[in-house]
Amino acid sequence: MMLAYIASAMQGIIRQPSTEPALPDLRNLGTILRILLAVNGATLLMALAREPRLPALATEWATLTGFVEPHLFAELAVLWLVAPLIARLERRSAIGIVTIITCAIAFGVDALLPKMTGDAPGSLVRHLVFALSAQFMLIGYFRLRARALSPAITEARLQALQARIRPHFLFNSITAVLSLMRSEPRRAEVALEDLADLFRVLMRDNRELMPLTDEVELCRQYLDLEQLRLGDRLVIEWNVKSMPGDALVPPLVLQPLLENAVYHGIEPSTAPGVVSINIFLSRDEVHAILRNPYIAVRAYHHAGNRMALDNIRERLALHFDAEASLESRVNRDTYEVHIRIPYRTKKAAVAGNGTTVASRRGRDIGPGAQKRREPHLGERFPGTMRASHG
Amino acid sequence: MAETPLRVLIVDDEAPARHRLRELLDDCAAVLPISIIGEAQHGREALDILHSAPADLVLTDIHMPGMDGIELARHLLKFSHPPVVIFTTAFHQHALAAFEVHAIDYLVKPVRVQRLLAALQKVPRLKPMTMETLTQLPAAARRFLSVTERSRVVLVPVDEVVYLKAELKYITIRTAQREYLLEESLTRLEQEFGARFVRVHRNCLVARDFIRGFERRANDDGDAHWEVLLHGIAESLPVSRRQQYIVREIGREAMNGAAVA
Repeated sequence: MMLAYIASAMQGIIRQPSTEPALPDLRNLGTILRILLAVNGATLLMALAREPRLPALATEWATLTGFVEPHLFAELAVLWLVAPLIARLERRSAIGIVTIITCAIAFGVDALLPKMTGDAPGSLVRHLVFALSAQFMLIGYFRLRARALSPAITEARLQALQARIRPHFLFNSITAVLSLMRSEPRRAEVALEDLADLFRVLMRDNRELMPLTDEVELCRQYLDLEQLRLGDRLVIEWNVKSMPGDALVPPLVLQPLLENAVYHGIEPSTAPGVVSINIFLSRDEVHAILRNPYIAVRAYHHAGNRMALDNIRERLALHFDAEASLESRVNRDTYEVHIRIPYRTKKAAVAGNGTTVASRRGRDIGPGAQKRREPHLGERFPGTMRASHG
Repeated sequence: MAETPLRVLIVDDEAPARHRLRELLDDCAAVLPISIIGEAQHGREALDILHSAPADLVLTDIHMPGMDGIELARHLLKFSHPPVVIFTTAFHQHALAAFEVHAIDYLVKPVRVQRLLAALQKVPRLKPMTMETLTQLPAAARRFLSVTERSRVVLVPVDEVVYLKAELKYITIRTAQREYLLEESLTRLEQEFGARFVRVHRNCLVARDFIRGFERRANDDGDAHWEVLLHGIAESLPVSRRQQYIVREIGREAMNGAAVA
């Protein structure tokens, strides 16, 4: 009932008219790969059209690529440089700037290249037609792609809301809190506050990226609640000392995975089990590795787990395209999930670097979206939060 | 009724849930004499306790490692005086729907003291559930078979069963160590543990894991039939003409397994 209500409330938020998606993140590896593939694919098609004999095709393609590539690389480099600027512009002005860049590079390449290689000067008009058509087709493609993905973000979130918190966790946690009320009221207070924080995050608009520290704090609160229920059966190993706390990550990227770890790895067993969390920075990428005991019990089906993994994978793709990944595997008796996210911080994002589809959309919702994020209780009263914890 | 206290056993894998029920039962004790005979973390522990300390009522969670609440209720029916069972559950949609259908008593967690008291007051009038209804609940296959021996309920882990053989009124359970007598239907057992056992004869189910191989043997009348050879015990079992196809089926699986290995 309650979840259904939340789901319908969320639908209300999502159905607000959103403005046209702007250009894609021009520094994203996925975007760059897509552009490279599309332009070179088009060149191959052109070569095919001009040269029907297969043996000669390679030569024809090589000639055409020689004509296309200098422009393509120059353009990608310039766009990479001005990406922060373009990200801040409105769609029309952004397209205008990109068009100017394309024309300028066309002139430049046409003027310089024959001098450098000693070839006969090519046709500037032909060059311009090819470059501009490629540019507009790509802009069209990215627009369609963004549109195709935006219902997915809606869908993923609704699905997430219904799948993420298992009702049995909520009711068992409330039972656990009730059991503390008479004997240990202070622990009961902390547990209720943790529960409130957890649900605040679950119910808010989660389209914007948030700092890793917030997500880790949320995970701690969640695991405190689980520990309350399961006691000695749940052993938690944190290894996050070297994690980059300022890295921006999609909200609720780790908590659902920990929930699965407890549900599938700890609850089905009478013996104690270890859930370990390792987060570290390596070559400008944030790695999070979560492990739990692997229990192949017939009574527990793993469909819920796959749903959570698909959901998170989809959200990672929406935010980071090909630069983030999620892999899961079984190592003998341990189940492991490995997440890789590009290291981006708020500072860089303000400068325009880490602007992604999602953060731009978050801005479209209006100032309310930003206001909703309150400082954490733990930040305001460091110490008091954990002090009463047993 | 007011004289003899109601003997209650609490079964739940989560310590806070047990603690909470104890508090609520203490509250009820003001109205109704209650004695809590103990707490168990799962079904197996509950059965152990009940062997030495009888109870009138078992309050049990459904979802538990080791042995879940529904399986516990099934084994309890083997007791000469089975206690009444009331399930407690946080959220178990499928089970709850089935409970409603079969009018089985349950309490949702968090449990309210009024609801608990009402349930306790009903206990003397409640009859233990029947095996019929319990087998219809949407539960996983049992982990144990239970047999009564000298008025004690003995658990036989399903994993250790080599074969099940119907003989007259009973079913013989054969493990590597010994035999037990079970009063259940072979067809039901086949339905419940279909994946684990294979029918080699009208009256016999054999655990796939214990099949060592097959052997062709001559009958007295000159015909020949297949025999199943087993791990752990020297005895072999005849395969009926109707079930002969399993020889090839399992043989092929074994070959594939060997090829993979």
